[in-house]
Amino acid sequence: MTTSQAAFLKQLLEHGILIDMGVDGLYGRSGVFEDVVERFSILVAGFGRDDKAEVIRFPPGMSRGQFESSGYMKSFPQLAGTVHSFSGNDHQHADLIANIEAGKDWTDGQKATDVVLTPAACYPLYPVIAKRGILPQQGGLFDLHSYCFRHEPSIDPARMQMFRMREYVRIGTPEQVLDFRQSWLERGEQLMRSLGVPVVLDVANDPFFGRAGKLLSNNQRDQKLKFELLIPITSEENPTACLSFNYHQDHFGTKWGLCTCADTVAHTACVGFGMERVALALFKHHGLDVTTWPRPVRKLLWGD
Amino acid sequence: MSTTAERVRGILNQHAKLSADARKLEETADLYAVGLSSFSTVQLMLALEEHFDVELPDRMLNRRSFESIASISNVIDAVIGDRVAG
Repeated sequence: MTTSQAAFLKQLLEHGILIDMGVDGLYGRSGVFEDVVERFSILVAGFGRDDKAEVIRFPPGMSRGQFESSGYMKSFPQLAGTVHSFSGNDHQHADLIANIEAGKDWTDGQKATDVVLTPAACYPLYPVIAKRGILPQQGGLFDLHSYCFRHEPSIDPARMQMFRMREYVRIGTPEQVLDFRQSWLERGEQLMRSLGVPVVLDVANDPFFGRAGKLLSNNQRDQKLKFELLIPITSEENPTACLSFNYHQDHFGTKWGLCTCADTVAHTACVGFGMERVALALFKHHGLDVTTWPRPVRKLLWGD
Repeated sequence: MSTTAERVRGILNQHAKLSADARKLEETADLYAVGLSSFSTVQLMLALEEHFDVELPDRMLNRRSFESIASISNVIDAVIGDRVAG
């Protein structure tokens, strides 16, 4: 599989669709690539328009305090990216420069700042909504889009360390939240099929850390809390998750004190679109020259 | 010496954050119905492993293993049995 991943990455770099930045999983994007991402984003917005989600855009960093409260480190310590900065004196600065010049470790004096890289687009949302107070009767629906970071360097172009996640997040009663997830399970599949790519929907689990993570993964699968829409990109046997549909039950509601108007703990669910993965799936299946993509696909994305 | 189930009840009271007293629950009572969460299950698993000095195999790390005092006791007895047999 790694051979086909390396081959596809090489092809993307040679055609200038992605741009090498010297680190696996960190790439520049060409105008062509960005155009596909933007057109797909507009298409998604069209599918979700009637729901009248509240649009909120967060930067790709969030409060370290809120990150700590979120419990992310309990589950995914291996994926988190924290922002550190130099906070020493003149003497320590001189040491730092000397260490860099000598090719030695210079990061000893780096101190954690109040910023952590956003691990998933919805993480900064929950404390913001909790602060607003009790949810209205119809609950809440939010439209998010953010760069995210996950520390998992790979030569697979579909496993980037910095990538965009577009999300709709539903907060409300269990019924409201499950209805939302069901509707997006159907819409998501319809949306991707209309783009002419092969899709499979499957039960999934998050990459929880360690042996305890094995238990959490099994629980998540047993309860069918996570589904993924998979599209083959670099492998037919191990297709790539391009959309995910997650039911968090009352996990975030309890964590952040999200309350429905009936004074019960709110449940949450989200649908996430891996924007780079979707774009890569389209390049893989329709070719690297977007002008030759099938007419129905061009019509959907560009209105040709 | 106390039975596995009795020891499990004590560990549940210390680590599982249940809404009921584990010493008063039926052995087959659904622990998820009295507030056992996924993350509490992790704490419970680690506490059980430490208390009984065992390592639960991956195949037993699932929701069913932790659903009742009886199921937890069976899992622990099976792992201890394997160790003795081995």
